[in-house]
Amino acid sequence: MSTPLSGPGSATQAPGRGPVGSRAARDHAPITLTGLAGKVLLLGLTAGVAVWAAFPLIDGRKWAGLALLAATTAALFYLYLTRRHIPAKYLVPGTLFLIAFQVFPVLYTASTAFTNFGDGHRGSKDEAIVAIQSSSVTQVPGSAEYALSIATKGDPSTGPLVFLVTDPATGTVSAGDTDGLRRLDAADVTVAPGGKVTAADGYTVLNFGQASARSKEITDLVVPTAGGALRSSGLSRAYEGKAVRAYEVGCDCVRDTGTGQTWTANDEVGAFVAADGERLTQGWKVNVGLSNFTRVLTDETISGPFLGTLIWNFAFAIGSTGGTFLLGMLIALVLHSPRMRGTNLYRLLLVLPYAMPSFAMLLAWRDMFNADFGLINNLFGLDVDWFGQPWTARFAVILVQLWLGYPYMFLVATGALQAIPRELTEATSVDGASPWQSFRAVTLPLLLVALSPLLISSFAYNFNNFNAIYLTTEGAPFPADNPTNGATDLLITYTYRLAFGGQGAEFGFAAAISLFIFAIVAVVSTVSFRRTRKQEEVYS
Amino acid sequence: MRIRTAGVVALFALALAASGCGGDSDEPAAKESPKAAGGKLVIWADDKRTAALKPFAEKFGQENGVTVEVQAVSKDLQTNFVTASQQGSGPDVVVGAHDWIGNLVQNGAIDPVQLSAEQKSGFNETAIKAVTFNGQLYGVPYAQENLALIRNTELAPEAPKTIEDLVATGKQLKASKKATETLCLQVGQNGDAYHIYPLYTSAGGYLFGTGANGDYDPKDLGVGKPASVEAFKKIGALGEKGAGVLKRSISDTNSIATFTGKKCAYLISGPWAVADVKKASIRYDISAIPGFAGGKEAQPFVGVQAFYVAAKGKNKALAQEFVANYTTTPELAVALYNAEPRPPALTAALDQVKGSDPDLAKFQEAGRNGQVLPAIPAMAAIWDPFGKAEAAVIGGADPTSTITAAGKTISGQIK
Repeated sequence: MSTPLSGPGSATQAPGRGPVGSRAARDHAPITLTGLAGKVLLLGLTAGVAVWAAFPLIDGRKWAGLALLAATTAALFYLYLTRRHIPAKYLVPGTLFLIAFQVFPVLYTASTAFTNFGDGHRGSKDEAIVAIQSSSVTQVPGSAEYALSIATKGDPSTGPLVFLVTDPATGTVSAGDTDGLRRLDAADVTVAPGGKVTAADGYTVLNFGQASARSKEITDLVVPTAGGALRSSGLSRAYEGKAVRAYEVGCDCVRDTGTGQTWTANDEVGAFVAADGERLTQGWKVNVGLSNFTRVLTDETISGPFLGTLIWNFAFAIGSTGGTFLLGMLIALVLHSPRMRGTNLYRLLLVLPYAMPSFAMLLAWRDMFNADFGLINNLFGLDVDWFGQPWTARFAVILVQLWLGYPYMFLVATGALQAIPRELTEATSVDGASPWQSFRAVTLPLLLVALSPLLISSFAYNFNNFNAIYLTTEGAPFPADNPTNGATDLLITYTYRLAFGGQGAEFGFAAAISLFIFAIVAVVSTVSFRRTRKQEEVYS
Repeated sequence: MRIRTAGVVALFALALAASGCGGDSDEPAAKESPKAAGGKLVIWADDKRTAALKPFAEKFGQENGVTVEVQAVSKDLQTNFVTASQQGSGPDVVVGAHDWIGNLVQNGAIDPVQLSAEQKSGFNETAIKAVTFNGQLYGVPYAQENLALIRNTELAPEAPKTIEDLVATGKQLKASKKATETLCLQVGQNGDAYHIYPLYTSAGGYLFGTGANGDYDPKDLGVGKPASVEAFKKIGALGEKGAGVLKRSISDTNSIATFTGKKCAYLISGPWAVADVKKASIRYDISAIPGFAGGKEAQPFVGVQAFYVAAKGKNKALAQEFVANYTTTPELAVALYNAEPRPPALTAALDQVKGSDPDLAKFQEAGRNGQVLPAIPAMAAIWDPFGKAEAAVIGGADPTSTITAAGKTISGQIK
């Protein structure tokens, strides 16, 4: 590896190795005008972005975040204004990307896995209490509906708000604020035909535009009355309503003023629970410790079919990757032969599946496998219920993967083949090796050195290839007695169904499962990368 | 060159880092802004309805001196709405199906709407029932829909009175090579609970019992009970190993196309299928879905589309004004009908469009005995297992063990 042209191994090493010898020259590189302008512009933009990001942080009083932002920005300015630390100038952008796209999501997923975050448990306890109370506001039975105008005695945009309400039965107009209702003299007010007050002495009536600018104050304004309280319903109607359920700090519970029933806050499940176990629907997010993880391991319906699914998952990933690699390489070899004519046309045709959106192709294939109306059965005169039996369904999804994936392998294999010097294979033929021997001993190992990292990443991708299953079989066929785990389910589709198929999404649980899958893929990838490294050492 | 490239990358990284740091703090900034701007209403709807709503929203804005923005959310509107409203960046009003209500309420995303008794009486009773959850009215309905039997009158002139009638006519047509399928009822590989439900009810099954207040009771699950097993025995008899009327190969992608291709005389579908049927210039008629002979009535689900007031919207008063006092007008309902022909929920609007579209009345008649699609969160646990059990039984699996297992799975998922 010491000289740049030591063989195909350098193909994977090329970027970043060029400027090694020029380090000394670089420190004294002349400052060009474009370089300077670019630097000023980019650092200016950096500062701009930092200032833009600072405002919401100050607003939200997130001082730690602000300090981090300031420190990062200062460090970046220092780094790109100094002439030293050349390696860091290259490393920092990538590191920032790594943190933003890899480290942060993984940490976020991991932290979510310890909570019950999901539908019904999204917000804080305070938000749940607000939701419970505001959704329990009902109109007092038999009470009147009022025509409403919003008015103020002061400035339309800042003055304290008053509700001018007209009783439809009597036509009397009253002014209401937090102190209660006061009757206004009929002579002082002008009432439109619908009952709405359009003008009143001493008051400025707000139009919709002015009123809607103060929306929050209007919804928050509650005018106490004998039976409950007057509340606004929009900007033109008011009703006498009452919050039936109210939170009481003393007992940390919600009480229904109508029935007297109470629901006590339970901070372990993040919900208000009644004595009989009934929960209020609005809950909040709490820490649940390891329970999401233990659920994966102890719940029979999850751990039971896990092993079978895992084995099929491996088979699917290996089958997809291996199949596409073999087919792609075979075609690449054929087209690589100097005796082939019209290779460009073939290449164009062969890459076509890669050019089409896989999303649409998966759906098209699904319809082609339809037992009664599908192209495949009709074309070949078959009567196979493709997605109805485990093995035909598995065969079908791997076949679809093969079709979708081989152009990629063909492309990369073609590239790698062209990097293998012809002298090597020529030398083997001079030594009397058959083409097969020459392929086995020279071409394939060199190809694998170049392609192994791609095969590993392709494996990792296919291991979690959600779309390939979800858009074709959706996991079918399912055993009659277990609708949660199908024969073609991958771990990812299986767990998606568990986490999102039931009563609302359970992000905490989904995060816990994805950590398990992450661990499996990480182990497999690490092991195979180690093996690849050994292989590289042998062949380079 | 190298310095420049590094700079570009650095900038992107920075912008990213900045947005990463500031990501969860966007919300207070966003909350501040309306105070300054004032009087802005944001509505989220799907693509089709956005187009229909725009002129009316603009009119509302002009009349009242406010800005109205209708934003199209073409995918996963419900999930996006819940997530956005949690972050404080959601709209003031959202338009969607009534069976979202349970989930929206448990996430504290919508507020009840106060309609006067007079306003309520203008709506179809079923529609009002559909948007009522835990005794509160959570949305203003504007359209409702249900399944019906659409038949090709050239192949089958008479509306069948029972499923058995339908099967007999279908068999004759198949025997005389006029059709290749008896009934186009979408099943698909993993079943379709919504479309099989009328037959399931006719055969005696139910999903949830109703509590004292008329709401669905998630604790009284009908799936897995003996009646549901009996119902699926009848459905299984129509399946692939039985009469061959119900097939997994007929799915959401091909059921309407098979009907418009004149390969089957009957299609069970909703108002959305009519446009395709008309385009294929098929002579058709719409009638109620027949039940099994001697069984109960076949009850389709009735679904309702409604306007909701977001609980965490920035302009709730204006949103309430729009939803409670403006969407209750027949003009808007008619415009929405013109955008997509689903029967309006407002009686006055239905009467207005009925004359020009006879199908509407027929669909409504077919849904007269329908059941409101349950909006309780537990309903989400039904769809998948119930559908798969249906597909398995139609494929020839034993109904008793299949439905019992499905019942167990569903009750395990209901909290």
